[in-house]
Formats: sequence, C-alpha cells, structure tokens
Amino acid sequence: MTAPLLSISGLNAVSDRDGGAPILRDVSLTVARGEVRGLVGESGAGKSTIAKALLGILPRTVRVTAGTLAFEGRDLLKLPARELRDIMGSEISLIPQDPQTALNPGRRIEAQLTDGLRMKRGLSAREAHGRALSLLEEVHIREPERVLNSYPHELSGGMRQRVLIAAAFALEPKLVVADEPTTALDVTVQKQILRLIRGMQEAHGTGVIFVTHDLGVVAQICDTVTLLYSGKVIEEGRTADVLASPRHIYTRALIAAGPRYDRPDAGLTPVPAAVFEELRREIAAGGGR
Amino acid sequence: MLAVSILNRLLMAIATLFGVAVVVFVLLRVVPGDPIAMMISPGASPADIAALRAHYGLDASLTAQFGIWLKSVVAGDFGTSISLKRDVLSLLGERLPATLELALAALALAVLLGGAVAIVGTLSRRTVLEPVIDGLNGLFLAVPDFVWALALILVLGVLYPLFPLSGRIDPSSDPQFATPFYLFESLLTLRFSVFADVAAHMVMPVLALGLPLAAIIARVLKAALSEAMVQDYILLARLKGMSELRLVTQEALRNAVGPTIALTGVQFTFLIGGTVIVERIFSYPGIGNMAIDAVINRDLPLIQGLVLVFGALFILVNLAVDLLVAALNPRLAHG
Amino acid sequence: MAELALTTPTPKAPSRAAKRLRALASEPKVIIGGGFILVLIVIAIFAPFVAPKDPLEQDLMAGTLPPAWVEGADPGFLLGTDDLGRDVLSRLIFGTRIALIVAFVAAGLAALIGTLLGLMAGWYGGWADRLISRLVDIWMAFPPVLLSILLVAVFGSGVHSVIAAIVIIDWTRFCRVVRAETQAQAQMDYVTAARTIGFSRLKILFSEILPNVTPVLIALVSLEMGIAVIVEAILSFVGLSVSSDTPTWGGMIAEGRQIIYEGWWVLVAPLIALFATVLAFNQLGDGLRRALDPVMRR
Repeated sequence: MTAPLLSISGLNAVSDRDGGAPILRDVSLTVARGEVRGLVGESGAGKSTIAKALLGILPRTVRVTAGTLAFEGRDLLKLPARELRDIMGSEISLIPQDPQTALNPGRRIEAQLTDGLRMKRGLSAREAHGRALSLLEEVHIREPERVLNSYPHELSGGMRQRVLIAAAFALEPKLVVADEPTTALDVTVQKQILRLIRGMQEAHGTGVIFVTHDLGVVAQICDTVTLLYSGKVIEEGRTADVLASPRHIYTRALIAAGPRYDRPDAGLTPVPAAVFEELRREIAAGGGR
Repeated sequence: MLAVSILNRLLMAIATLFGVAVVVFVLLRVVPGDPIAMMISPGASPADIAALRAHYGLDASLTAQFGIWLKSVVAGDFGTSISLKRDVLSLLGERLPATLELALAALALAVLLGGAVAIVGTLSRRTVLEPVIDGLNGLFLAVPDFVWALALILVLGVLYPLFPLSGRIDPSSDPQFATPFYLFESLLTLRFSVFADVAAHMVMPVLALGLPLAAIIARVLKAALSEAMVQDYILLARLKGMSELRLVTQEALRNAVGPTIALTGVQFTFLIGGTVIVERIFSYPGIGNMAIDAVINRDLPLIQGLVLVFGALFILVNLAVDLLVAALNPRLAHG
Repeated sequence: MAELALTTPTPKAPSRAAKRLRALASEPKVIIGGGFILVLIVIAIFAPFVAPKDPLEQDLMAGTLPPAWVEGADPGFLLGTDDLGRDVLSRLIFGTRIALIVAFVAAGLAALIGTLLGLMAGWYGGWADRLISRLVDIWMAFPPVLLSILLVAVFGSGVHSVIAAIVIIDWTRFCRVVRAETQAQAQMDYVTAARTIGFSRLKILFSEILPNVTPVLIALVSLEMGIAVIVEAILSFVGLSVSSDTPTWGGMIAEGRQIIYEGWWVLVAPLIALFATVLAFNQLGDGLRRALDPVMRR
C-alpha cells in the first residue's frame, strides 16, 4: 500500500476578517495516485479554501491554525517559497473555473501553453511547439496549429477550457486541482469537458481534486468524494457507496434534493431545516479548534 | 479594415490642419499692431509704406490673401519672414530639427524613467515602498516644465555648474555640420567629442521637458498595471511558478500599455508645446524660441508657418498614437 | 374621518449635499490642499496688512540683500531684496493676488464655456457634436503656450487679457471631458426613465445629467486653477502679463533669472510659491475626485 499522493490531516483555518470565525474545522482527506476525489459542498462550505491552501494562494485574511498538508510526504504549509514555486505548475497544477478570464488576452495560445514546458522542463521552442500540438490533439481540438497561433478572444468558451485543461496536464503533474471547471460553460459542453478531464486523468495517471457543488458531476467522474458543510467533513468514501447508501442525513437530503429529470412531476425536495439543526449541533459539539 | 481607417484619419488630419491655417490666418489679420509699422524707418513716405504693404501682400482682401497664401504653401512657398528677412521655409528647416531632437530625447527619457518607476511601483504593491513612490510621483506631477527648467538652472547651472545653460553647442567650437540634426549626425559620424558637447547642452532642456511626462506615464502605467495584476490570468501564471518581475513585465505589461499610450500621446503634444518656453529659457535655437520673437514682432508669415508646423506635428503625433493603439490591441489587429 | 395630510412630515434624511460634504471632510488631500488654498486666499485679501513692506518701494541702498538667515542680511527683509531693493516677501505676498484672481476667474469661465459646449455636444449629438468636436480638434492642434502668447499680444497686456487667453485655450479640456461623461450618462437607464416620464430634453440635461457630471467637473476645475497659475507665470515671465509695476510671481522669476548669480533667492522664492500652489490645487483636485466619485470610493 503506497503512501497517498496527498494527505490533508487535521486542517483548521480561521478568518481574521470575521474575528477568528472558523472556516475549516479539522479537515482530513487523502488522494491516492491516479484517484479522482470530489470535494463537494455548498457555497461557503470551505472547498475553495482547501483548494487555495493546496495551491498556496490563501487570501491574507485566512489563517491556518493547525494541521498539515502533505504532498508526497512534504508539508506544503511549511515549505519555503522557492520550493513551493518549484512544485507549483510542475507537480501540482490548476484547471480554473472561468476560461474567459484565465487566459491572457494579449498573448497567443502557444506562448501560454509552452510557458511551463520551457521554464520548467527546459524544452526548446521547437520541442515545446511539438509538445503543445500533441497536447491540443489530446484534448480533441481540431486544427491545433491554427489554435496555437490564435488569441484567446478568437476561441469559443469550450475551446478555451480545453486549452486550459491541456495546459494543466502539460508538465505531467502528479496532482491536478480542478476548481469547478464546468460551472462557466454551457450545459451541452459540460459533459464533454468532464469526459475529457477523466480521459486525460486516466491516460496520465494523475490524481485529481475536483471541487464542485454539483453531486451530478461527482457521480460522473469522481472515484471518491468528500462532502463538506461549514468547514467540516460530513461524509466521505467511494462515490458509488456514498451515493447509494449515504450515512449522514445531510448527504441523504442532498441526494434527495437533486432534480429528478426522469420524474418531472416529482417536484423538488429542499433540504429540511431539521437537517441543518442537526448539522449545527454536530459542529458545535466537535467543532474546530 | 486598417487601411481604410488610416485613410480616414489622414483626411481628417488634413481637414484639421486646414482649419488651423484658417484660424491663425484670421486671427493674425485681426491683430492690432502693424508689422509694416514696425519695419519702416522714420520719415518713410506713404508711397513707400504702401509699396511695402503690397510687397508683403497685405493690401488685398482677407479671402484673397488667404487664397494666395494657400496656393503658395501648397507649392512649397511659405513666404518671407518680415522680421528676419529670410525665406520662412528654410528658417523652419534650420530650426525644426533642434526642437525635434529635444522632443524625442525627452520622450525617450519619459518612457524609460516613467516605465521603470511604474514597474517598480507595481512590484512594491502593499509594501512600505508603494506610498513613498506614489507620494514622490504626486510631487513630480505638480512641477511643470517651466518650473523644472528654472529649478535645473539653479541647481545644475549655478549651484553645481555641471551643464551649459544656453545654446546648442559650445560657441567657440565650429564642428561644420552637414545636417541640422546635430545629435544624430555627430553620433552617426562617430565624432564623440562633438556628440558629448551637443548632448551636454541638451541635458537640462530634455530633463525639463521629459520629467513632467515621466511622472504622468509613471502614474498612468502603474494604475493600469495594478489593475491587470488582479486579473485571473495573472493568478494562473503565478501558479505556473513565474517570478513577480516576470509576471509584471511579460504578462501584465502588454495589457497595460494600450490605455497608457493613448494618454501619453496627448501629453506628448503638450510637451512639444512646452518647447516654446523651455527653449526660451535655455536660449536653445529651435522653433519654439523663434516663435516667441515672431509673435512679439508680429511677423505674420513666420507665425503662420510656425503654427502650421506645430499643428502638423500635433496631428501627426495623434495619428501615430491612434495607429499604435490599434496595432497593439490583439482584438483590433487580429480580430 | 381621519385627516390625511397630503405631505407626511418625514424625518429629514441627510441631503445629497450633506453626504458629499462629509465625504469631502474625511479626505486628507482635500483638507491639506484646500487648507493651503484658503490660507493663500486670506493672504491675498489681506495682503496690505500681511506684507511687512510696500512691494513697490525701492531702496537702492538695500539692493540684493540675502534672506534673513544668511550672513549679511537685514532682518527687516525676511526673504531678502531684489536688485532694486524691493522686499521679496512682500512682493511674493502681493503676487498671490494676481495668481489667485487669474486662477479662479479663468478656470471658472473656461469650465463654464467648456461645460456648456460639452453638454450640448454629448447630449444632442448630430451636427452640434460634429461641429464642436471639429472645433476642439483644431483648437488642440495649437501649442497652448504659443497661442496664449499670441492672444495676449493681440489683446494687449493686463489681467483681463491673460484670463481671456487662458479661457480661450483651455475650454477645450472641459469640453472633451464633459462631452465624454455626458455621453456615458446618456446611456444610463435613469435617463431613459426620465424620457418616458416626459421630461423635456433640456430639463433632463440640467436636472439629471449635469449633477452626475459635476464631481468630475469640480476636480477638473481645481486642476485647471493650477494650470492657470502656471500660464500666468509664464506670460509674466515673457513680459506679457500685467504692467511691470504690479508684482507677479512670473515677473519675479524673470527678474530672478537675470540676477541668478547675485541673488538666487529672488528666483527661488516665487518658484517655491508657484510649486506649492500648483501642488495644493493638484492635491485638492485629486481628493475631490476621490471623495465625490462613488465608483472610485473603493
């Protein structure tokens, strides 16, 4: 049993801006090599905070008070800036949420795709160009030569997201953080992109932390899932298990709240207030430090 | 299409220049102060005065005068200067290069200095250094070229005399220039001692002209860079492991220059206008210096020629800025 | 039956003006810049009482004396004297009058004309806009200093011609900004709403759009005052402003330039006064813009 790729244990964080209000309460999770773990929760649950802590971009107002963030055994929270810089982009990368704003409008696609290859892998311009072409083919972009030569505003939203996915996998990272990458896309495009991410992940053996608020997305591509509420891990396990036989009432309520497209007359079942009361009780009892 | 818009702008430019010509022409004819009266010797007969007036074409009607002048300008004849008694066009040709050298050197100074300050200012965001830079910039913004010129004379001319206070070259030397572009010519012909002399005479006027523009560029560019630095694509680039300096210069800068250039262009025309007073203060033989005397002497042909030249310069600068902005914006250039 | 008052007395909510004034008072640049200008205004008004000596009084026996802290000075002349024995400090104080008169009147008139034309161009559009824009383009193709010298030469010397020259040249600055701002405001929903209610175009222009253009305008006026002071100084430097008796900062600078080796203080004093005044107007304008513009107040 090899050591997990990523092991977060006992992570606690507070918001200095809200007078020390807890944002993460004793969060623990692991991601193995090649595993896709979903990180689910409503807005404010803390999933983005975990992702930001992983990438080293926590806002100044958020402070980690306890816990470790071990990537391949090294605690990212304690590494000096230089070593973090080496890891970022090379071993850990990001698929961002909004393809509109994540690409530099003033640089061609090729330049932005080959940045990392040339900076961190020392490839020559020609080598990087070839690698960029094959990456674009991997993400099913037709006419990769034309796309490389284009500016972001000349591409559609879906194409831009494919480019960003290609960029995320370009340096063969061990872990990819996907931050709600389908939220900003049309519903028709979402499924393609999800399948693409899964395909890339399987081909490269990459671990993925998939941040989302949508259980449907989790069902499609996540091997395991961690469910958060108000900074506390409510439930976790293999996706199939959690969805089929959820243990916590919150999980059950969330699953039940999902719209039933096969039974349009069924209406919507919101999460009952009693569930939130129970959650509040649990958090108060065994809350963060 | 870029070609069509260029043509469009050129036509507008010519129309504007025409308007300029009309305005100055009318303005001068309405002026009290008869240039002829300033030229005649006492005891000249009315017939002599009339003859002189006719010689300079000042006896015809306003529209006739304008028509005559326009025709000759298009043919390349700008008339004869009343006060300096020489062909206006050759006078302009002699002195324009001096002003151009000053203006271009000042522009270069402003861009380099202002750009450097803006980049350093952006790199020092949220540190102690930033308010210091902003504060100093604010002080510099309050000093116009006129005040700089005089302050420089005080400090670098009188207190610690490092540079010459007037003229273009050492009056005792005779370098035999082939063109009126002293600075470029001496550099290209590798006459370095001459080059040093010319450059030394340019230091203070160029500083006086360029520092105000540098302050403006620094402020505008820093604002544009700071705005670019909070965009998502910068975050993504940072996650690729780029250094802060590279983020500013490689990623943010190209998106920040567009709006900066537009404003810089307008301010550059003010810089050119500022050569009038700066050249005067440093007795620099450019068109600005000549302009003041021309106005005081009511030298109509010379004034008209000068205004046309200045107007053409301004319009050219605006045109160049428009084209540059369009060329740099990927949406317009490659859209 | 209960009396239903037609107008229900409501507690007076702070008016827009009161809120604005409070925002102004909390902006340091406004206080510092505005404070300095106020001090200058007081000095200018009470110049005869503030100045230690008569600015025009010449005393050739006391010519070119250095400022009081330098050796060989006469403590009666705090900032020294010029070559005609006139007290530099008193001349400086009286010079404030011309500087401020020109600043306020010229900036005010330029703002008035420029704003009116800018509003018209931006609101009515069409041929009015084309005409005015073409005019502005032509105007801005003239080098400002040269044009001002020309105009003053045309009008003859005197404060009124300096003011006229500045107004004639600088109205374009206001026109451009106000036009752009008016166009931007005209796109907004509240304008469309006013139109559907049936307000006339003129009424909308002055009661709806103008108040929203005002913050930018006020800041610009402050900057323009600084510019006016400089232009006046340049004109008196070139010898074209008021008659040579009335002390002006520009005139003092010209004199100081002549005797720069013998009496550097004659040049330095008005130069510093000029710089401080322009800085004050700049800071005031900056602070006003920040305090009055709701978007910028982040």
